[in-house]
Amino acid sequence: MSGDALITIRDLGFAYDQRPILTGINMDIPRGKVVAIMGASGCGKTTLLRLIGGQLRPTRGAVRFDGQVVHELDTQGLYALRRRIGLLFQFGALFTDMSVFDNVAFQMREHTDLPEEMIRDLVLLKLNAVGLRGAHRLMPSELSGGMARRVALARAIALDPALIMYDEPFTGLDPVSLGVIGQLIRRLNDALGASSIIVTHDVHEALSLVDYVYFVSEGKIVAQGAPEEIRASEAPYVHQFVWAEPDGPVPFHYPAAPYRDQILREAVRV
Amino acid sequence: MNRTTLDLWVGFFVAIGLGALLFLALKVGNLSTANMGETYVLKAKFDNIGGLKVRAPVKSAGVVIGRVASIGFDPNSYEAVVTMDIGSQYQFPRDTFATILTSGLLGEQYVGFEVGGDPEMLKNGDTIKKTQSAVVLEKLIGQFLFNKAAEGTEQK
Amino acid sequence: MFEHLLGSIRGLGRRVNDRIWRLGYATRFFAMTLVYSGTSFRRFFLTIREIYFTGVLSLIIILVSGLFVGMVLGLQGYDTLQRYGSSEALGILVALSLVRELGPVVSALLFASRAGSAITAEIGLMKATEQLSAMEMMAVNPVARVVAPRFWAGVISMPLLAALFSAMGIFGGYLVGVVLIGVDEGSFWSQMQASVDYREDILNGVIKSAVFGVIVSWIAVFEGYDSEPTAEGVSGATTRTVVTSSLAILAADFILTAFMFRGA
Repeated sequence: MSGDALITIRDLGFAYDQRPILTGINMDIPRGKVVAIMGASGCGKTTLLRLIGGQLRPTRGAVRFDGQVVHELDTQGLYALRRRIGLLFQFGALFTDMSVFDNVAFQMREHTDLPEEMIRDLVLLKLNAVGLRGAHRLMPSELSGGMARRVALARAIALDPALIMYDEPFTGLDPVSLGVIGQLIRRLNDALGASSIIVTHDVHEALSLVDYVYFVSEGKIVAQGAPEEIRASEAPYVHQFVWAEPDGPVPFHYPAAPYRDQILREAVRV
Repeated sequence: MNRTTLDLWVGFFVAIGLGALLFLALKVGNLSTANMGETYVLKAKFDNIGGLKVRAPVKSAGVVIGRVASIGFDPNSYEAVVTMDIGSQYQFPRDTFATILTSGLLGEQYVGFEVGGDPEMLKNGDTIKKTQSAVVLEKLIGQFLFNKAAEGTEQK
Repeated sequence: MFEHLLGSIRGLGRRVNDRIWRLGYATRFFAMTLVYSGTSFRRFFLTIREIYFTGVLSLIIILVSGLFVGMVLGLQGYDTLQRYGSSEALGILVALSLVRELGPVVSALLFASRAGSAITAEIGLMKATEQLSAMEMMAVNPVARVVAPRFWAGVISMPLLAALFSAMGIFGGYLVGVVLIGVDEGSFWSQMQASVDYREDILNGVIKSAVFGVIVSWIAVFEGYDSEPTAEGVSGATTRTVVTSSLAILAADFILTAFMFRGA
């Protein structure tokens, strides 16, 4: 899977100051597919999304979007690129001073000269796709968490992007909303003919809807494959993650001096 | 809040704000009287201008006819040179007398013109020959005390 | 002990360093706001909307405070002036102190705490809830779309508010002086008009309030944009907006006064 990939990531590295977050990432996002990036909290998944969206500059390697190297684009090129990307933020990030309708219409009004009637039709179409056409007058503060995320999803697909990225779309949702969002992700991807990247740590939801999975741990890809391969995998890291075991390659303890040493030393200091 | 009521409120706000500015300029300040239109320049030399300041009024018969434009010092004659902008509609004879006066006992100082009888008028850039300096209160009081003291010694 | 001293000196140095760094960043941010101001004027409705929030909603507090300040000036001024038998000069006193100083300064202080803090909190919360980041990802520059309209709304509102404050204050002084105490109405207005100069006093007052408007709006948008994206971060930034802009207003007032009324 390389020739027809929308996004190719080669030898990507990123570090804050001296602290490496990502090292040597190689990844392909094929067109029309849904890809999940999984890993424990704080392993650099969100950083990866920011690198793809050009909000951060890699320290090594490059992200190519449809052949263009993202970090070599100027501001104008970057903005043109971002119009082809929809990003769903972890908690939706709806504009709190605008109604649901205006939120979805935001990008259309900013980037196009469409007449207001056409914008209205488009917005209602997008809201209908996420089942919230009836809620277009509400303010974001009047929405539940699941609804807010669906509105944000409608906003993310407002300009029919070629790539939709989801940052932890399942966090903090009840099982019903979670199922709804999961279904929407799949359906919208297939309807728009777009590619999707889901960053998540919700293994079961993700495995049931994606085409391909990357596992990231400590800034590296430790496993990849189709969902069936992942479920069957015997690799210790994947096994721990899929079966939710408390200890394993993902350590339970934050790195620290040996317990014995610390206790003795602090006892002396007191 | 929709767009039209918003526009209405902001329009109202800007209107009363500008209204307040206009009120300050016309009713509180002197914009209406300050603009004298065309002016010409006259100069006058004084031995002592006291507390006269730039933009102080120039009056004749109590009516403001101009303003002090600048105050300088002539290093040759050791006199103060006062330059004044006078409204073009006011013409004065060449033997006009310029005096530095005070409004009230402690008020602002201004330049007063007392008109003479010369048929020829002052022209732009002319210097007024006849001037009288400001009355300096300290000098006056000093003189008064000195005289009193002198009277006292004579009587003994 | 020595180590402790060294530590605190080092801490002080770091704090000073931090401040200077922030000042530089704030200046760069100011320049960026000006560069991306095109949108605020091309789509003027964005700015009008913010003028509503900063200007119109500050009207009540400005008008009421102006009235009371003017009334107090009337009372206090009369009390002092009548000792010297020049109570007719009340108009001059009220008008000059309002137009030159109190109008611009007090309305700017009120503006900082009413509108400045609101701007900071709003931008800070938009940052904390990733709205600014979302905007950036939608290829919309948040400085152009969010920051600049708020900045210009503040700059436009401030002189108008200061003028309203002064006008209201003079009306308050008139109420107390002429209506209540009975100072002669004619001399109240005529003395005022004779000694308030439209350029020296009123125009300078307007310039002052415009400068304060720039200062307060700049500090407010910067603190919001630079706030830590957490609840404490936003509340801290809001407090800093009020404190910093109040100090900056007073310091700038001193400098401007020194320039404008020197010797005249």
